[in-house]
Amino acid sequence: MTNWDRFLDSFFNARVAAEYLPKIIEGFWLTILLAACIILAGVAAGLALAVLRSLGIRVLNWAIIFVVDLFRALPPLVIIALLYFGLPAAGLSLSGFAAAWLALSLVLMAFTEEIFWAGITAVPKGQWEAARSTGLGFLDTFTLVVLPQAVRMVIPPLTNRTIAITKGTALASVVAVQEILGAAQAGVSFSFNPTPLTLGAVAYLVLFLPVVILGRWVETRFAWKR
Amino acid sequence: MSAAIVEARGVHKHFGGLHVLKGVDLAVRERELVFVIGPSGSGKSTLLRCLNRLEEPSDGSITVDGIDMLDRRTDINKARQRIGMVFQSFNLYPHMTALGNVALALRRVQGLPRAEAEARARQALERVHLADRAGHYPGQLSGGQQQRVAIARAIALEPRVMLFDEPTSALDPELVGGVLQAMRELRESGMTMVVVSHEMGFARAAADRVVFMDGGRIVEEGPPEAIFGNPQQERTRAFIGQIERH
Ligand SMILES: Nc1ncnc2c1ncn2[C@@H]1O[C@H](COP(=O)(O)OP(=O)(O)OP(=O)(O)O)[C@@H](O)[C@H]1O
Ligand SMILES: [Mg+2]
Repeated sequence: MTNWDRFLDSFFNARVAAEYLPKIIEGFWLTILLAACIILAGVAAGLALAVLRSLGIRVLNWAIIFVVDLFRALPPLVIIALLYFGLPAAGLSLSGFAAAWLALSLVLMAFTEEIFWAGITAVPKGQWEAARSTGLGFLDTFTLVVLPQAVRMVIPPLTNRTIAITKGTALASVVAVQEILGAAQAGVSFSFNPTPLTLGAVAYLVLFLPVVILGRWVETRFAWKR
Repeated sequence: MSAAIVEARGVHKHFGGLHVLKGVDLAVRERELVFVIGPSGSGKSTLLRCLNRLEEPSDGSITVDGIDMLDRRTDINKARQRIGMVFQSFNLYPHMTALGNVALALRRVQGLPRAEAEARARQALERVHLADRAGHYPGQLSGGQQQRVAIARAIALEPRVMLFDEPTSALDPELVGGVLQAMRELRESGMTMVVVSHEMGFARAAADRVVFMDGGRIVEEGPPEAIFGNPQQERTRAFIGQIERH
């Protein structure tokens, strides 16, 4: 066997590929499910925190900033490990999926809060003044005038952050979630052949190339015209 | 002589250690057009913004249309509907059409149903000759058109008094005329107006009274012919001389 044959046999082994493809496809859907749950929870919680922060209640804002900085500073893997291996010691055990979902949602929440907050503060003061001068209250001004502009401004950075966190779902393999990477690694250890990893990489490409292209489109589409 | 619609007495404003308004008295009668001039930083904008409480005065009293603006019990959002304001930078909502800009407060503040709010908004746009631009977004309008939409947004609420803070300063010279025309028509319809502006030609032609501010105080006031033609105070003379040379 030449080196080239060995290489092909290791990474592009047709028999192994056929055997583990179904597992990888299952992992593919699981990755999508996990990512969707993270994005929903993370973006909703981040937006909620940014809205709370704009109420300008000092003690509350300190708490928000503390939480946000905490989850931006900790490596996501550490949070997953803490939730998965640490919580049972406190009498609360989470499944690997739940631990990964919660950890990555908290991280996305933290980044999303900062992104929305930056958007809200970037809306010119004159917008507030114009709305208030017509008799609109704080809440109407915020929800109808300021927030729509803020959301529009932050769509590009939000898209990028969302893509980044979705890639982070691979970390869930550490806590035995059979998402793409988890399924691929399991395949490798059963077959003693790295071909499942090749399949995994292809699965990630199939998943992320459209997302990245979509992100690019969003970025140009929502570039703020003034 | 008709009663004062706007009455400010002894208004002071501090920004931290900065004393910006130092006891300003200003009364504006119904249908009067008062022009406020003065050097940069003299407190013209701050005074205007105190009148509808966008700024909180440190001291003094302000009544508008009989409402005590500084009373804690006053519903400020209700009171502000009687005071229209137009800003130098237009401040239109960029994510709404011209019609949406004008209709927003009609719906949310006055509680009109959508159809009625839009009908009223359309009328207001007609008054500034922009009915045909109702569906345009601010980004698709010229600066002059944007400012006229901003005027429509304010007059749609049928205010008792309109405040203008340098409404033409951000415009290219060829667009100033349309905005001044809209203001002139508003004046002819009997609107009470307080205008901060450097448009001296407009002041001469349309103002009932010119107020000159400097250093947070009203230094001199009178009919435009008197203030421009024969100012009594040295500071007024210097300021008028300066702007006339431009
Ligand atoms: N929000 C603020 N915080 C601190 N200082 C302020 C604030 N707003 C205004 N000032 C200060 O108050 C003073 C008066 O400002 P104001 O805007 O009323 O002047 P103005 O007469 O309108 O000047 P201009 O012709 O340049 O518009 C200035 O020294 C300004 O720097
Ligand atoms: Mg000013």
